[in-house]
Amino acid sequence: MIELKHIVKEFNDSGRDVHAVNDVSLTIDDGDIFGIIGFSGAGKSTLVRCINLLGRPTSGEVIIDGRDITALSQKELREARKKIGMIFQHFNLMPSRTVAGNVAFPLKNSGLSKQEIKAKVKKLLDMVEIGDKEDAYPSQLSGGQMQRVAIARALANDPKILLCDEATSALDPQTTHSILELLKRLNKELGITIVVITHEMDVVKTICNKVAVMEHGRVVETGDILKVFTEPEADITRAFIRSTSNLSKAEDFLKADNPVTRIKPGELMARLNYNNVRVSQPIISTAILKFQVYMNIVFADVEIVGDSNIGGTVAIFSGEKENISRALDYFKSVNVDVEVIKDARDVD
Amino acid sequence: MQETLINIMPNVIEHWDDFIEAMKDTLLMEVWAGGIAFVLGLVLGVILTVTKPGGILENKPVYKIIDTVTNLFRSIPFIILLTALMPVSRAIMGTAIYVRGAIVPLVFGCTPFFTRQVEAALAETDHGLIEAAISMGSSPFEVITRVYLKESIASLARAVTITAISLLGLTAMAGAVGAGGLGDFAIRYGHDRNMTDITWITVIVLVIAVSIVQWLGGYIAKKNTH
Ligand SMILES: Nc1ncnc2c1ncn2[C@@H]1O[C@H](COP(=O)(O)OP(=O)(O)OP(=O)(O)O)[C@@H](O)[C@H]1O
Ligand SMILES: [Mg+2]
Repeated sequence: MIELKHIVKEFNDSGRDVHAVNDVSLTIDDGDIFGIIGFSGAGKSTLVRCINLLGRPTSGEVIIDGRDITALSQKELREARKKIGMIFQHFNLMPSRTVAGNVAFPLKNSGLSKQEIKAKVKKLLDMVEIGDKEDAYPSQLSGGQMQRVAIARALANDPKILLCDEATSALDPQTTHSILELLKRLNKELGITIVVITHEMDVVKTICNKVAVMEHGRVVETGDILKVFTEPEADITRAFIRSTSNLSKAEDFLKADNPVTRIKPGELMARLNYNNVRVSQPIISTAILKFQVYMNIVFADVEIVGDSNIGGTVAIFSGEKENISRALDYFKSVNVDVEVIKDARDVD
Repeated sequence: MQETLINIMPNVIEHWDDFIEAMKDTLLMEVWAGGIAFVLGLVLGVILTVTKPGGILENKPVYKIIDTVTNLFRSIPFIILLTALMPVSRAIMGTAIYVRGAIVPLVFGCTPFFTRQVEAALAETDHGLIEAAISMGSSPFEVITRVYLKESIASLARAVTITAISLLGLTAMAGAVGAGGLGDFAIRYGHDRNMTDITWITVIVLVIAVSIVQWLGGYIAKKNTH
């Protein structure tokens, strides 16, 4: 378990004090894939670097499995760091060493014999599915392959924690996906706790079970991924969620007055948000049949987050004015958020 | 064969033993002064790198002192250093002339230059590599040997090449004030007695020496670039 208590990190940037992290307290449980999301400059990297003291906090405690690591001696700290792996946006592989040499780097002085190190390196490389690249140099690998090697290297000393600072930000979407799948698998197979720093909600959505949202050095919202997605409290959280959804496109179209978002007299346009609703219920068909309205679905985006569906639909309703109202009431009654975007029912 | 050589460079053949002796002296100065300057420069360059603001063993006073002293010696022309260091040379080596007497000024002339070369070579190391090594539990000493030095072998080889070549120039100058060697040989015969063939043979030997050093440095640098 990682407990961060009242972490503060100040930098002196040419005479000006910068509060990069401002009183952050977080608890990350064993086996979590914990996301920390925020815009550039929010203080995410600074915070995560406090976990292995790559950057020492100005004040606050970093407690790992009950031990305050800010109080350790230099030598004890180096031992502790061996149990905290870290991977980086730009991989940071040693260019002068081969793939195997890089993975063996942290195994020096580990007490293993040459043969044991060799066997371990092989096992690690197989685990990240890159066993055939042993003798290649980093410059001969693709970004995704380099990150796999970096992951193998980070896992060499069987750490209990893996810190990932923007580990997929330099990769294309497909490669990002495969690396995220790998992290997910390692979390399941090894039970390793993973802390993921990112500015992309997609990353959080794909692998995290918990998330903390950072803004200006503070954590503005934290909790279970589903709860944060369905009942976001902070504006910035909503902005992140919207950024990952197709419905943000609908908003752009509305703003640009795209033809598909224009409605005729007598029609109404509304957004239905299925936060936490069981989408398996045929609510739309029910509404159409029961209240005799027509629904023209302009945009729809439904996603699986954790084990539930969340998302929404933008639809143009037409039919009797009263019926439309009743249909909207019905949606509200089954826990669907209804937001009327345009109402032209009283326009002739 | 002998005939032709005597025709082409009569003076060189006449002073052949001196010529061999001069080459030996130059080689001796190059190896001794170079060897000592290599070790000192490497150590000082590493200390500058790690104690610099933001370095892994940041230490302002140490950095400031080495930085200042390095700059100081860099700014003194070598010919002045030669005379200024005579007392030091006598104290350490027992003499201020011959090859023995030249080692001290050569080391003082060469070390600051090489220190800066080392510092520049190590500064090319990607800071991300340092962070990665620290995150894996490396000690500062391990970071120096396993990352800074290991990742900079190619740049260091180039630094050694440049320094060795510039040192060759310094040994020639030292020769002029009594250290012996090729510089002395060329001035004593080639210049003072107008024996142009001696000047030319010296130039040729130096060009060959520089080429060999250059090639070797390039080879090591290439071998260590992946
Ligand atoms: N070494 C430093 N010296 C001075 N200021 C720093 C230093 N490191 C970070 N900062 C400042 O601290 C703030 C937080 O930086 P940090 O790198 O933690 O942000 P981040 O959320 O990781 O951003 P990004 O997504 O761009 O990586 C920024 O304002 C940054 O300028
Ligand atoms: Mg960052």
